[in-house]
Amino acid sequence: MALTATEKQKLRDIARELRLTVIDVMAWSGGAHVGGSLSCMDILTILYFKYLNIDPKNPQWEDRDRFILSKGHAAAGYIPVLAKRGYFPEETLKTFNHFGSPFAMHPDCNKVVGCDASAGSLGHGLSMAIGLGLGAKQLKKSWKTVCLLGDGECDEGSVWEAAMAGPRFKTDNVIAIVDRNHFMIDGGTEEVMNLEPFADKWKAFGWNVLQVNGHDFDQLDDALDQAWHAKDVPVVILADTVKGKGVDFMENNVLYHYASADSELCAKAKASIMKEG
Amino acid sequence: MAVITGTNWNAYDAATMTSREIYGRTLAELGRHNDRIVGLTADLAKTTAIVHFAQAFPDRFYNVGIAEQNMFGIAAGLAKAGLIPFASTMAIFACMRAGEQIRTDIAYQKLPVKIIATHAGISFGHAGTTHHCTEDFAIMRAIPNMTVICPADGIETSKAVQACVDTPGPVYIRIGRGFEPPCYESDDYTYEIGKAITMRDGTDLTIICCGIAVLQAVNAAKTLQETDGLSVRVINMHTLKPLDREAILKAVTDTRRILTIEEHNTVGGLGDAVGSVIAESGKGCVFKKHGIQDTFATIGYAEDLYAHYGLDTNGIVDKVREMMGMEFEADENWDDE
Repeated sequence: MALTATEKQKLRDIARELRLTVIDVMAWSGGAHVGGSLSCMDILTILYFKYLNIDPKNPQWEDRDRFILSKGHAAAGYIPVLAKRGYFPEETLKTFNHFGSPFAMHPDCNKVVGCDASAGSLGHGLSMAIGLGLGAKQLKKSWKTVCLLGDGECDEGSVWEAAMAGPRFKTDNVIAIVDRNHFMIDGGTEEVMNLEPFADKWKAFGWNVLQVNGHDFDQLDDALDQAWHAKDVPVVILADTVKGKGVDFMENNVLYHYASADSELCAKAKASIMKEG
Repeated sequence: MAVITGTNWNAYDAATMTSREIYGRTLAELGRHNDRIVGLTADLAKTTAIVHFAQAFPDRFYNVGIAEQNMFGIAAGLAKAGLIPFASTMAIFACMRAGEQIRTDIAYQKLPVKIIATHAGISFGHAGTTHHCTEDFAIMRAIPNMTVICPADGIETSKAVQACVDTPGPVYIRIGRGFEPPCYESDDYTYEIGKAITMRDGTDLTIICCGIAVLQAVNAAKTLQETDGLSVRVINMHTLKPLDREAILKAVTDTRRILTIEEHNTVGGLGDAVGSVIAESGKGCVFKKHGIQDTFATIGYAEDLYAHYGLDTNGIVDKVREMMGMEFEADENWDDE
């Protein structure tokens, strides 16, 4: 069902607050993958505040939907989402990266409550997601698995091994989303190792490809709704996003793939987020 | 009389079936009693003999094509969902091509994926170095949470496969191509993961070995008894991790001469594991590591290679004789060490 204006505003508000928290995490942690955390924030928000059937009071609930952050370096965006969703107090985010903290640059599912998979080495998540999808089918369960990949991550051959397997095994209960923010560490994705024609590649591998603006909640909602009702053919959502979204001086700026922040930069970044609304 | 509990195989069956064959059939049998077991391969269903499970349970089996990284990733996901995946490919592709998936997706997340790796060591010698695997002990031992097993023959493979189902976390079981004669006559012995088995007692020297070396060492010990009057203890260290330290230290105290034998590089394998235990104990003894001496093995059929690298009975006899002539610093009072 389409989003109402109120729902949409609520998602926008949550995403904005989370973007502000990412800036705090940048400072608390001493440095974070801020660009890729901001680019996928609207995707994470609609998943965790509308789509995923989860219970923060019962994190290991057997019938919950699963989420794999295959682009594990976006933990600075993902872990605040889990906090906001109620898995643990937001106050604990201040320990990010510090000695003995459950929170690191890449998430550890045995330490972070609510996290379904450890990730960080790129190109691993989709295979695990397909395994989870096959497992759900094996156990005759109806829960879904959502896997969020980075676009640069799709340089990894193992992504395409998994891409070949999804349609082959008809894992229609696995939803792949690619945060297509067009940047990786060393530059633009099309400069370092071109991905285009990206949609055609996924189509050729047998996926139902949906292309959306990854910052437009209506488009994301439509695509996720379709994906949630997929039959036989799995859906990949190619979400076109802006790296560093929400902070004007970070947008499409490769310098903010990973960065640290002093108080001045934090204030500037937060002001920009507030201005964008 | 059945040589493997739960089957009707006689000694002839066990002697003519490869370890792989026995693994595949054992897994199919286990699948009948445990519906959480699922199987995976990467285009090596027949080669690894997991095909027996695949035929019995086609709906619980996934052949991912020639894509080992994807296979172990999918296995991790299946384990996360609550299943017990058995994933089979050749040892070299498991521990190297998919080494990171095994380390990061499976071991780091403490998932109960059972890796049954075949054609290990130089058992597929004539396939050439691309298909040899004399590095897997080193790699797997260094991965936290991993249990590492190398059964002596098909009968022990069956026991290890049965035992690993309820072992928490990941397990790596390495078997060869498996045309060697069996070491055991039946499965009527106590097998416990992490607990070494004394195949033959002795007081002059102890051979600590695993895999195909166990039968050869037992034969060598018999020969040495008859020809040299030597009393050689043979320990089947079927589990490399967790290692049975107690058995090693007792052997050091009792025999003061330790020879390790493995179908693996002498760097990072059983010899290094045993040597570390001895060194840390502070007890002096004569110690030698026997195996593939940090080289890529030459090409040839397995039995020729075993002879070439001295992993056969004759090679082991020579090695023991060499060690009997070596001195160690005697110490009358062991207890104070």
